[in-house]
Amino acid sequence: MSGEPIIALDGVSFQIGEKEFVSIVGKSGAGKTTLLKLILAEEEPNQGEILFQGQNIYQIKKSHLPRYRQKIGTVFQDYKLFPAKTVYENVAYVMEVMGASDQDVERDVCQVLDLVGLAEKACNFPNELSGGEKQRVSLARAFVHRPDVILADEPTGNLDPYNTFDIIKLLIKIYKLGTTVILATHDKEVINSLGKRVITLDQGRVVRDEKRGRFML
Amino acid sequence: MISLKRIIKSGWSALTRNMALSIATVFIMTTVISLVTFLYFLSPVTDILIADVEQKVDVSVYFKEDALEEDIFQIKSEVAKIEEVDNVEYVSKDQAFETFVEKHKNDPVLIESLTEVGYNPFLASLSIKAKEATQYEQIVSFLEAGQFKDFIDKVDYYQRKPVIDKVYSFTAGVNKIGIGFSIIFGIIAVLIAFNTIRIAIHNSNNEISTMRLVGASNWFVRGPFLVQGIVVGFAAALIALLLTLGITLAIDGKIKMIIPNVSTFNIFTGHIFILFLIQVLTGVGLGVVSSLIAIRKYLKI
Repeated sequence: MSGEPIIALDGVSFQIGEKEFVSIVGKSGAGKTTLLKLILAEEEPNQGEILFQGQNIYQIKKSHLPRYRQKIGTVFQDYKLFPAKTVYENVAYVMEVMGASDQDVERDVCQVLDLVGLAEKACNFPNELSGGEKQRVSLARAFVHRPDVILADEPTGNLDPYNTFDIIKLLIKIYKLGTTVILATHDKEVINSLGKRVITLDQGRVVRDEKRGRFML
Repeated sequence: MISLKRIIKSGWSALTRNMALSIATVFIMTTVISLVTFLYFLSPVTDILIADVEQKVDVSVYFKEDALEEDIFQIKSEVAKIEEVDNVEYVSKDQAFETFVEKHKNDPVLIESLTEVGYNPFLASLSIKAKEATQYEQIVSFLEAGQFKDFIDKVDYYQRKPVIDKVYSFTAGVNKIGIGFSIIFGIIAVLIAFNTIRIAIHNSNNEISTMRLVGASNWFVRGPFLVQGIVVGFAAALIALLLTLGITLAIDGKIKMIIPNVSTFNIFTGHIFILFLIQVLTGVGLGVVSSLIAIRKYLKI
Protein backbone atom coordinates (compact mmCIF):
# COMPACT_ATOMS: atom_id res chain seq x y z
CA MET A 1 0.00 0.00 0.00
CA SER A 2 1.49 3.36 -0.95
CA GLY A 3 -0.18 6.70 -0.47
CA GLU A 4 0.66 10.11 -1.83
CA PRO A 5 4.38 10.90 -1.69
CA ILE A 6 5.26 13.19 1.21
CA ILE A 7 7.69 16.05 0.62
CA ALA A 8 9.80 16.10 3.79
CA LEU A 9 12.03 19.04 2.79
CA ASP A 10 11.44 21.59 0.07
CA GLY A 11 13.68 24.44 -1.09
CA VAL A 12 15.89 24.25 1.98
CA SER A 13 19.16 26.14 1.59
CA PHE A 14 21.61 27.40 4.21
CA GLN A 15 25.28 27.33 5.04
CA ILE A 16 26.96 26.37 8.30
CA GLY A 17 30.45 27.62 9.01
CA GLU A 18 33.31 25.84 10.75
CA LYS A 19 33.16 25.75 14.58
CA GLU A 20 29.58 27.00 14.58
CA PHE A 21 26.76 25.91 16.94
CA VAL A 22 23.47 25.69 15.06
CA SER A 23 20.12 24.51 16.31
CA ILE A 24 17.50 23.19 13.93
CA VAL A 25 14.06 23.60 15.46
CA GLY A 26 10.59 22.74 14.36
CA LYS A 27 7.52 20.73 15.34
CA SER A 28 7.49 16.97 14.99
CA GLY A 29 7.36 16.20 11.26
CA ALA A 30 8.90 19.55 10.26
CA GLY A 31 11.82 17.71 8.61
CA LYS A 32 14.59 18.01 11.26
CA THR A 33 15.49 14.31 11.33
CA THR A 34 15.30 14.06 7.52
CA LEU A 35 17.71 16.97 7.26
CA LEU A 36 20.22 15.26 9.56
CA LYS A 37 19.78 11.97 7.68
CA LEU A 38 20.59 13.81 4.46
CA ILE A 39 23.74 15.30 6.01
CA LEU A 40 24.81 11.82 7.14
CA ALA A 41 24.10 10.46 3.63
CA GLU A 42 21.62 8.02 5.15
CA GLU A 43 19.01 9.38 2.74
CA GLU A 44 19.41 10.95 -0.68
CA PRO A 45 17.38 13.96 -1.91
CA ASN A 46 15.44 13.83 -5.18
CA GLN A 47 16.93 17.18 -6.07
CA GLY A 48 19.64 19.44 -4.75
CA GLU A 49 22.98 18.87 -3.10
CA ILE A 50 24.75 19.07 0.22
CA LEU A 51 28.32 20.28 0.17
CA PHE A 52 30.63 19.22 2.97
CA GLN A 53 33.99 20.97 2.96
CA GLY A 54 33.29 21.83 -0.68
CA GLN A 55 32.41 18.29 -1.79
CA ASN A 56 28.95 17.17 -2.88
CA ILE A 57 28.35 14.29 -0.49
CA TYR A 58 26.08 12.44 -2.93
CA GLN A 59 28.96 12.11 -5.34
CA ILE A 60 31.01 10.24 -2.75
CA LYS A 61 31.48 6.59 -3.80
CA LYS A 62 29.71 4.07 -1.56
CA SER A 63 33.05 2.56 -0.60
CA HIS A 64 34.27 6.01 0.56
CA LEU A 65 31.15 6.81 2.61
CA PRO A 66 32.63 5.39 5.85
CA ARG A 67 35.54 7.85 5.62
CA TYR A 68 33.08 10.75 5.17
CA ARG A 69 30.95 9.56 8.08
CA GLN A 70 34.04 9.31 10.28
CA LYS A 71 34.29 13.12 10.00
CA ILE A 72 30.88 13.36 11.66
CA GLY A 73 29.90 12.22 15.14
CA THR A 74 26.23 11.41 15.57
CA VAL A 75 24.13 11.45 18.73
CA PHE A 76 20.77 9.73 18.32
CA GLN A 77 17.59 10.31 20.32
CA ASP A 78 17.34 6.57 21.03
CA TYR A 79 21.12 6.37 21.78
CA LYS A 80 21.71 3.43 19.36
CA LEU A 81 24.34 1.89 21.63
CA PHE A 82 25.61 -1.62 20.89
CA PRO A 83 23.88 -3.74 23.55
CA ALA A 84 26.48 -6.54 23.58
CA LYS A 85 29.41 -4.13 24.02
CA THR A 86 30.51 -2.45 27.24
CA VAL A 87 30.57 1.33 27.62
CA TYR A 88 34.30 1.30 26.87
CA GLU A 89 33.82 -0.86 23.75
CA ASN A 90 30.93 1.30 22.52
CA VAL A 91 33.07 4.42 22.70
CA ALA A 92 36.17 2.69 21.33
CA TYR A 93 34.30 1.30 18.30
CA VAL A 94 34.69 4.30 15.99
CA MET A 95 38.41 4.60 16.75
CA GLU A 96 38.85 0.88 16.11
CA VAL A 97 36.99 1.24 12.81
CA MET A 98 39.39 4.04 11.88
CA GLY A 99 42.38 1.82 12.61
CA ALA A 100 43.77 3.76 15.60
CA SER A 101 46.41 1.96 17.65
CA ASP A 102 45.41 0.21 20.89
CA GLN A 103 47.33 2.78 22.95
CA ASP A 104 45.58 5.72 21.24
CA VAL A 105 42.20 4.05 21.67
CA GLU A 106 42.80 3.48 25.37
CA ARG A 107 44.08 7.02 25.99
CA ASP A 108 41.29 8.82 24.07
CA VAL A 109 38.45 6.62 25.32
CA CYS A 110 39.52 7.13 28.95
CA GLN A 111 39.78 10.89 28.37
CA VAL A 112 36.37 11.20 26.80
CA LEU A 113 34.73 8.97 29.43
CA ASP A 114 36.21 11.33 32.02
CA LEU A 115 34.77 14.27 30.10
CA VAL A 116 31.24 12.80 30.19
CA GLY A 117 31.69 11.59 33.79
CA LEU A 118 31.36 7.87 33.09
CA ALA A 119 34.90 6.60 33.73
CA GLU A 120 33.70 4.36 36.52
CA LYS A 121 31.03 2.76 34.27
CA ALA A 122 33.49 1.77 31.54
CA CYS A 123 32.88 -1.96 32.07
CA ASN A 124 29.10 -1.75 32.33
CA PHE A 125 26.74 -2.75 29.54
CA PRO A 126 24.15 -0.28 28.17
CA ASN A 127 21.23 -2.10 29.86
CA GLU A 128 22.87 -1.31 33.22
CA LEU A 129 22.76 2.46 32.61
CA SER A 130 20.09 5.15 33.09
CA GLY A 131 18.75 7.12 30.11
CA GLY A 132 20.99 10.09 30.87
CA GLU A 133 24.05 7.86 31.16
CA LYS A 134 23.23 6.15 27.88
CA GLN A 135 23.02 9.50 26.14
CA ARG A 136 26.38 10.55 27.62
CA VAL A 137 27.90 7.32 26.25
CA SER A 138 26.36 8.11 22.88
CA LEU A 139 27.90 11.59 23.06
CA ALA A 140 31.28 10.15 24.07
CA ARG A 141 31.13 7.76 21.10
CA ALA A 142 30.28 10.64 18.77
CA PHE A 143 33.16 12.77 20.01
CA VAL A 144 35.97 10.35 20.85
CA HIS A 145 37.60 10.52 17.41
CA ARG A 146 37.43 14.35 17.35
CA PRO A 147 35.12 14.67 14.31
CA ASP A 148 34.68 17.96 12.45
CA VAL A 149 30.95 17.99 13.08
CA ILE A 150 28.63 16.64 15.75
CA LEU A 151 25.06 15.89 14.64
CA ALA A 152 22.70 15.60 17.58
CA ASP A 153 19.20 14.46 16.69
CA GLU A 154 16.85 15.23 19.59
CA PRO A 155 19.50 14.11 22.08
CA THR A 156 17.38 15.22 25.04
CA GLY A 157 14.08 13.89 23.71
CA ASN A 158 13.96 11.00 26.20
CA LEU A 159 15.59 12.76 29.17
CA ASP A 160 14.42 14.58 32.30
CA PRO A 161 15.32 18.31 32.70
CA TYR A 162 18.39 17.57 34.86
CA ASN A 163 19.90 15.17 32.30
CA THR A 164 18.80 17.43 29.44
CA PHE A 165 20.97 20.30 30.66
CA ASP A 166 23.79 17.91 31.42
CA ILE A 167 23.84 16.85 27.76
CA ILE A 168 23.52 20.43 26.49
CA LYS A 169 26.41 21.49 28.74
CA LEU A 170 28.51 18.71 27.22
CA LEU A 171 27.58 19.77 23.69
CA ILE A 172 28.65 23.34 24.50
CA LYS A 173 31.92 21.99 25.94
CA ILE A 174 32.53 20.04 22.73
CA TYR A 175 31.66 23.14 20.66
CA LYS A 176 34.14 25.20 22.68
CA LEU A 177 36.82 22.60 21.95
CA GLY A 178 36.42 23.62 18.29
CA THR A 179 33.78 21.27 16.87
CA THR A 180 30.82 22.32 14.73
CA VAL A 181 27.60 21.24 16.44
CA ILE A 182 24.27 20.80 14.68
CA LEU A 183 21.52 20.21 17.21
CA ALA A 184 17.99 19.22 16.14
CA THR A 185 15.44 19.72 18.90
CA HIS A 186 11.97 20.95 19.75
CA ASP A 187 12.92 21.78 23.33
CA LYS A 188 12.01 25.47 23.83
CA GLU A 189 13.98 25.96 27.06
CA VAL A 190 17.13 24.49 25.59
CA ILE A 191 17.01 26.78 22.53
CA ASN A 192 16.25 29.90 24.54
CA SER A 193 19.09 29.22 26.97
CA LEU A 194 21.66 28.68 24.23
CA GLY A 195 21.55 32.08 22.54
CA LYS A 196 23.07 30.66 19.34
CA ARG A 197 22.04 30.47 15.69
CA VAL A 198 18.61 28.89 15.17
CA ILE A 199 17.19 27.62 11.88
CA THR A 200 13.45 27.06 12.13
CA LEU A 201 11.74 24.53 9.88
CA ASP A 202 8.04 24.32 9.23
CA GLN A 203 6.47 21.73 6.93
CA GLY A 204 9.82 21.07 5.31
CA ARG A 205 10.73 24.70 4.60
CA VAL A 206 13.13 27.09 6.35
CA VAL A 207 10.92 29.80 7.83
CA ARG A 208 13.55 31.56 9.96
CA ASP A 209 17.35 31.65 10.23
CA GLU A 210 18.56 33.92 13.08
CA LYS A 211 22.08 34.45 14.44
CA ARG A 212 20.96 34.58 18.08
CA GLY A 213 17.63 32.98 17.72
CA ARG A 214 14.85 31.99 20.08
CA PHE A 215 12.26 29.26 19.94
CA MET A 216 9.32 30.62 17.95
CA LEU A 217 6.82 28.40 16.18
CA MET B 1 46.24 -6.74 10.61
CA ILE B 2 45.01 -4.69 13.57
CA SER B 3 41.54 -4.63 11.94
CA LEU B 4 41.54 -8.42 11.50
CA LYS B 5 42.46 -8.86 15.16
CA ARG B 6 39.63 -6.51 16.16
CA ILE B 7 37.13 -8.23 13.86
CA ILE B 8 37.99 -11.65 15.32
CA LYS B 9 37.83 -10.31 18.88
CA SER B 10 34.53 -8.58 18.21
CA GLY B 11 33.01 -11.71 16.61
CA TRP B 12 34.19 -13.90 19.48
CA SER B 13 32.86 -11.61 22.21
CA ALA B 14 29.49 -11.26 20.41
CA LEU B 15 29.32 -15.06 20.33
CA THR B 16 30.15 -15.55 24.02
CA ARG B 17 27.95 -12.69 25.23
CA ASN B 18 24.88 -14.00 23.37
CA MET B 19 25.44 -17.51 24.68
CA ALA B 20 21.81 -18.66 24.48
CA LEU B 21 21.49 -17.64 20.82
CA SER B 22 24.91 -19.10 20.02
CA ILE B 23 24.04 -22.45 21.61
CA ALA B 24 20.71 -22.53 19.77
CA THR B 25 22.48 -21.81 16.47
CA VAL B 26 25.13 -24.48 17.13
CA PHE B 27 22.36 -26.96 17.98
CA ILE B 28 20.49 -26.28 14.73
CA MET B 29 23.69 -26.37 12.68
CA THR B 30 24.57 -29.71 14.34
CA THR B 31 21.19 -31.06 13.24
CA VAL B 32 21.79 -29.83 9.70
CA ILE B 33 25.30 -31.34 9.55
CA SER B 34 23.98 -34.62 10.99
CA LEU B 35 21.42 -34.69 8.20
CA VAL B 36 24.19 -34.24 5.62
CA THR B 37 26.23 -36.94 7.42
CA PHE B 38 23.25 -39.31 7.19
CA LEU B 39 23.11 -38.67 3.43
CA TYR B 40 26.84 -39.35 3.25
CA PHE B 41 26.33 -42.70 4.99
CA LEU B 42 23.33 -43.57 2.88
CA SER B 43 25.46 -43.85 -0.24
CA PRO B 44 28.05 -46.50 0.90
CA VAL B 45 25.35 -48.44 2.78
CA THR B 46 23.13 -48.67 -0.31
CA ASP B 47 26.18 -49.48 -2.44
CA ILE B 48 27.07 -52.36 -0.12
CA LEU B 49 23.45 -53.46 -0.05
CA ILE B 50 23.19 -53.37 -3.84
CA ALA B 51 26.56 -55.11 -4.32
CA ASP B 52 25.52 -57.76 -1.81
CA VAL B 53 22.31 -58.54 -3.69
CA GLU B 54 24.04 -58.39 -7.08
CA GLN B 55 26.74 -60.74 -5.80
CA LYS B 56 24.12 -63.42 -5.29
CA VAL B 57 23.10 -63.31 -8.94
CA ASP B 58 24.94 -65.07 -11.75
CA VAL B 59 24.24 -67.15 -14.85
CA SER B 60 25.64 -70.59 -15.51
CA VAL B 61 26.53 -71.89 -18.96
CA TYR B 62 26.42 -75.71 -19.12
CA PHE B 63 28.51 -77.49 -21.72
CA LYS B 64 27.64 -80.63 -23.65
CA GLU B 65 29.03 -83.98 -22.43
CA ASP B 66 31.50 -84.13 -25.31
CA ALA B 67 32.88 -80.58 -24.86
CA LEU B 68 36.62 -80.72 -24.21
CA GLU B 69 38.09 -78.98 -21.21
CA GLU B 70 40.48 -76.99 -23.44
CA ASP B 71 37.52 -75.71 -25.50
CA ILE B 72 35.82 -74.63 -22.31
CA PHE B 73 38.98 -72.86 -21.15
CA GLN B 74 39.16 -71.05 -24.46
CA ILE B 75 35.52 -69.99 -24.11
CA LYS B 76 36.27 -68.90 -20.55
CA SER B 77 39.10 -66.63 -21.69
CA GLU B 78 36.93 -65.19 -24.48
CA VAL B 79 34.06 -64.51 -22.05
CA ALA B 80 36.45 -62.90 -19.59
CA LYS B 81 37.39 -60.40 -22.29
CA ILE B 82 33.81 -59.09 -22.51
CA GLU B 83 33.71 -55.68 -20.89
CA GLU B 84 30.46 -56.29 -19.02
CA VAL B 85 31.78 -59.46 -17.36
CA ASP B 86 33.02 -59.09 -13.82
CA ASN B 87 34.09 -62.66 -13.10
CA VAL B 88 34.05 -66.10 -14.80
CA GLU B 89 34.52 -69.29 -12.85
CA TYR B 90 34.99 -72.78 -14.32
CA VAL B 91 33.19 -75.60 -12.56
CA SER B 92 34.32 -79.02 -13.83
CA LYS B 93 32.10 -82.12 -13.89
CA ASP B 94 33.97 -83.49 -10.84
CA GLN B 95 33.68 -80.24 -8.90
CA ALA B 96 29.95 -80.08 -9.65
CA PHE B 97 29.63 -83.67 -8.40
CA GLU B 98 31.58 -82.94 -5.18
CA THR B 99 29.60 -79.78 -4.49
CA PHE B 100 26.35 -81.70 -4.88
CA VAL B 101 27.51 -84.50 -2.57
CA GLU B 102 28.75 -82.02 0.03
CA LYS B 103 25.51 -80.06 -0.13
CA HIS B 104 23.28 -83.10 0.21
CA LYS B 105 25.38 -85.35 2.44
CA ASN B 106 22.58 -85.42 5.02
CA ASP B 107 20.03 -86.55 2.45
CA PRO B 108 20.69 -90.28 1.96
CA VAL B 109 17.92 -90.70 -0.63
CA LEU B 110 19.53 -88.24 -3.01
CA ILE B 111 23.03 -89.62 -2.48
CA GLU B 112 21.72 -93.19 -3.05
CA SER B 113 19.97 -92.26 -6.27
CA LEU B 114 23.17 -90.62 -7.49
CA THR B 115 25.03 -93.85 -6.80
CA GLU B 116 22.38 -95.81 -8.70
CA VAL B 117 22.91 -93.66 -11.81
CA GLY B 118 26.38 -95.12 -11.94
CA TYR B 119 28.13 -92.19 -13.60
CA ASN B 120 28.68 -88.48 -13.02
CA PRO B 121 25.54 -86.86 -14.50
CA PHE B 122 26.68 -83.30 -13.93
CA LEU B 123 27.85 -81.07 -16.74
CA ALA B 124 30.89 -78.83 -16.73
CA SER B 125 29.88 -75.18 -16.55
CA LEU B 126 31.03 -71.58 -16.47
CA SER B 127 29.56 -69.41 -13.74
CA ILE B 128 29.46 -65.82 -15.04
CA LYS B 129 28.94 -62.68 -12.98
CA ALA B 130 28.18 -59.41 -14.76
CA LYS B 131 29.20 -56.02 -13.42
CA GLU B 132 25.56 -54.94 -13.36
CA ALA B 133 22.28 -56.83 -13.34
CA THR B 134 21.20 -55.26 -16.64
CA GLN B 135 24.15 -56.71 -18.55
CA TYR B 136 23.26 -60.43 -18.37
CA GLU B 137 21.10 -60.29 -21.46
CA GLN B 138 23.97 -58.99 -23.60
CA ILE B 139 26.38 -61.63 -22.27
CA VAL B 140 23.93 -64.43 -22.90
CA SER B 141 23.17 -63.29 -26.43
CA PHE B 142 26.92 -63.13 -27.12
CA LEU B 143 27.27 -66.76 -26.03
CA GLU B 144 24.20 -68.04 -27.87
CA ALA B 145 24.96 -66.29 -31.13
CA GLY B 146 28.72 -66.73 -31.20
CA GLN B 147 31.07 -69.46 -32.37
CA PHE B 148 30.67 -71.37 -29.11
CA LYS B 149 27.00 -72.25 -29.41
CA ASP B 150 27.78 -75.81 -30.55
CA PHE B 151 29.52 -76.55 -27.25
CA ILE B 152 26.75 -75.15 -25.10
CA ASP B 153 24.06 -77.41 -23.73
CA LYS B 154 22.00 -74.70 -21.99
CA VAL B 155 22.21 -71.33 -20.32
CA ASP B 156 20.15 -70.99 -17.18
CA TYR B 157 19.59 -67.26 -17.72
CA TYR B 158 15.95 -67.65 -18.66
CA GLN B 159 15.14 -69.53 -15.45
CA ARG B 160 16.89 -66.79 -13.48
CA LYS B 161 15.63 -63.84 -15.51
CA PRO B 162 12.72 -62.99 -13.17
CA VAL B 163 15.13 -62.90 -10.20
CA ILE B 164 17.65 -60.78 -12.13
CA ASP B 165 14.92 -58.36 -13.22
CA LYS B 166 13.79 -58.05 -9.60
CA VAL B 167 17.36 -57.32 -8.52
CA TYR B 168 17.64 -54.71 -11.23
CA SER B 169 14.42 -52.93 -10.25
CA PHE B 170 15.44 -53.16 -6.55
CA THR B 171 18.85 -51.53 -7.14
CA ALA B 172 17.36 -48.88 -9.42
CA GLY B 173 14.69 -48.18 -6.78
CA VAL B 174 17.20 -47.89 -3.96
CA ASN B 175 19.31 -45.51 -6.04
CA LYS B 176 16.30 -43.36 -6.90
CA ILE B 177 15.20 -43.21 -3.26
CA GLY B 178 18.77 -42.30 -2.25
CA ILE B 179 18.99 -39.46 -4.76
CA GLY B 180 15.49 -38.25 -3.83
CA PHE B 181 16.34 -38.27 -0.10
CA SER B 182 19.60 -36.45 -0.76
CA ILE B 183 17.93 -33.67 -2.74
CA ILE B 184 15.06 -33.17 -0.30
CA PHE B 185 17.20 -33.33 2.85
CA GLY B 186 19.88 -31.22 1.23
CA ILE B 187 17.38 -28.45 0.46
CA ILE B 188 15.87 -28.71 3.96
CA ALA B 189 19.34 -28.52 5.53
CA VAL B 190 20.33 -25.42 3.57
CA LEU B 191 17.01 -23.68 4.30
CA ILE B 192 17.19 -24.43 8.04
CA ALA B 193 20.79 -23.19 8.30
CA PHE B 194 20.11 -20.07 6.25
CA ASN B 195 16.98 -19.12 8.18
CA THR B 196 18.63 -19.68 11.57
CA ILE B 197 21.47 -17.34 10.68
CA ARG B 198 19.11 -14.89 8.98
CA ILE B 199 17.06 -14.61 12.18
CA ALA B 200 20.22 -14.22 14.29
CA ILE B 201 21.46 -11.41 12.02
CA HIS B 202 18.00 -9.82 11.79
CA ASN B 203 18.13 -9.40 15.60
CA SER B 204 21.19 -7.20 15.06
CA ASN B 205 19.84 -5.10 12.18
CA ASN B 206 19.70 -1.87 14.24
CA GLU B 207 23.27 -2.41 15.39
CA ILE B 208 24.39 -3.00 11.81
CA SER B 209 22.76 0.28 10.68
CA THR B 210 24.43 2.14 13.55
CA MET B 211 27.80 0.63 12.69
CA ARG B 212 27.43 1.93 9.15
CA LEU B 213 26.30 5.38 10.34
CA VAL B 214 29.26 5.83 12.67
CA GLY B 215 31.63 5.09 9.80
CA ALA B 216 32.34 1.34 9.77
CA SER B 217 33.24 -0.15 6.39
CA ASN B 218 31.16 -3.06 5.08
CA TRP B 219 33.95 -5.53 5.91
CA PHE B 220 34.29 -4.22 9.45
CA VAL B 221 30.54 -4.82 9.92
CA ARG B 222 30.47 -8.17 8.12
CA GLY B 223 33.65 -9.53 9.65
CA PRO B 224 32.42 -10.35 13.16
CA PHE B 225 29.34 -12.11 11.74
CA LEU B 226 31.56 -14.20 9.47
CA VAL B 227 33.77 -15.06 12.46
CA GLN B 228 30.65 -16.18 14.33
CA GLY B 229 29.55 -18.24 11.30
CA ILE B 230 32.95 -19.95 11.14
CA VAL B 231 33.08 -20.70 14.90
CA VAL B 232 29.48 -21.94 15.01
CA GLY B 233 30.02 -24.08 11.89
CA PHE B 234 33.23 -25.59 13.25
CA ALA B 235 31.76 -26.29 16.70
CA ALA B 236 28.68 -27.87 15.12
CA ALA B 237 30.89 -30.02 12.85
CA LEU B 238 32.89 -31.23 15.85
CA ILE B 239 29.73 -32.11 17.80
CA ALA B 240 28.26 -33.82 14.72
CA LEU B 241 31.45 -35.91 14.36
CA LEU B 242 31.24 -37.06 17.99
CA LEU B 243 27.53 -37.79 17.54
CA THR B 244 28.30 -39.82 14.40
CA LEU B 245 30.94 -41.79 16.29
CA GLY B 246 28.47 -42.55 19.10
CA ILE B 247 25.60 -43.47 16.77
CA THR B 248 27.67 -45.67 14.43
CA LEU B 249 29.04 -47.54 17.47
CA ALA B 250 25.59 -47.92 19.01
CA ILE B 251 23.82 -49.22 15.89
CA ASP B 252 26.71 -51.23 14.43
CA GLY B 253 25.60 -54.55 15.95
CA LYS B 254 21.94 -54.06 15.07
CA ILE B 255 22.69 -53.13 11.45
CA LYS B 256 24.98 -56.18 11.13
CA MET B 257 22.10 -58.41 12.21
CA ILE B 258 19.97 -57.07 9.35
CA ILE B 259 22.69 -56.59 6.70
CA PRO B 260 25.72 -58.73 7.67
CA ASN B 261 28.07 -57.00 5.20
CA VAL B 262 27.45 -53.50 6.52
CA SER B 263 29.45 -52.17 9.45
CA THR B 264 28.49 -48.56 10.14
CA PHE B 265 31.44 -48.20 12.51
CA ASN B 266 33.86 -49.42 9.82
CA ILE B 267 32.37 -46.99 7.31
CA PHE B 268 32.87 -44.23 9.92
CA THR B 269 36.50 -45.09 10.71
CA GLY B 270 37.29 -45.68 7.04
CA HIS B 271 35.95 -42.27 6.04
CA ILE B 272 36.65 -40.24 9.19
CA PHE B 273 38.87 -37.60 7.55
CA ILE B 274 36.74 -37.01 4.48
CA LEU B 275 33.62 -37.13 6.67
CA PHE B 276 34.98 -34.50 9.07
CA LEU B 277 36.06 -32.40 6.09
CA ILE B 278 32.53 -32.59 4.66
CA GLN B 279 31.05 -31.75 8.06
CA VAL B 280 33.37 -28.76 8.57
CA LEU B 281 32.82 -27.53 5.01
CA THR B 282 29.06 -27.90 5.42
CA GLY B 283 29.04 -26.11 8.79
CA VAL B 284 31.51 -23.35 7.99
CA GLY B 285 30.31 -22.99 4.39
CA LEU B 286 26.65 -22.67 5.37
CA GLY B 287 27.56 -20.34 8.25
CA VAL B 288 29.66 -18.02 6.10
CA VAL B 289 27.48 -18.02 2.98
CA SER B 290 24.24 -17.58 4.98
CA SER B 291 25.82 -14.71 6.95
CA LEU B 292 27.02 -13.01 3.77
CA ILE B 293 23.58 -13.27 2.14
CA ALA B 294 21.60 -12.36 5.26
CA ILE B 295 23.68 -9.29 6.14
CA ARG B 296 23.68 -7.86 2.62
CA LYS B 297 20.37 -6.01 2.87
CA TYR B 298 21.34 -4.28 6.12
CA LEU B 299 24.52 -2.87 4.59
CA LYS B 300 22.72 -0.75 1.99
CA ILE B 301 22.56 2.21 4.37
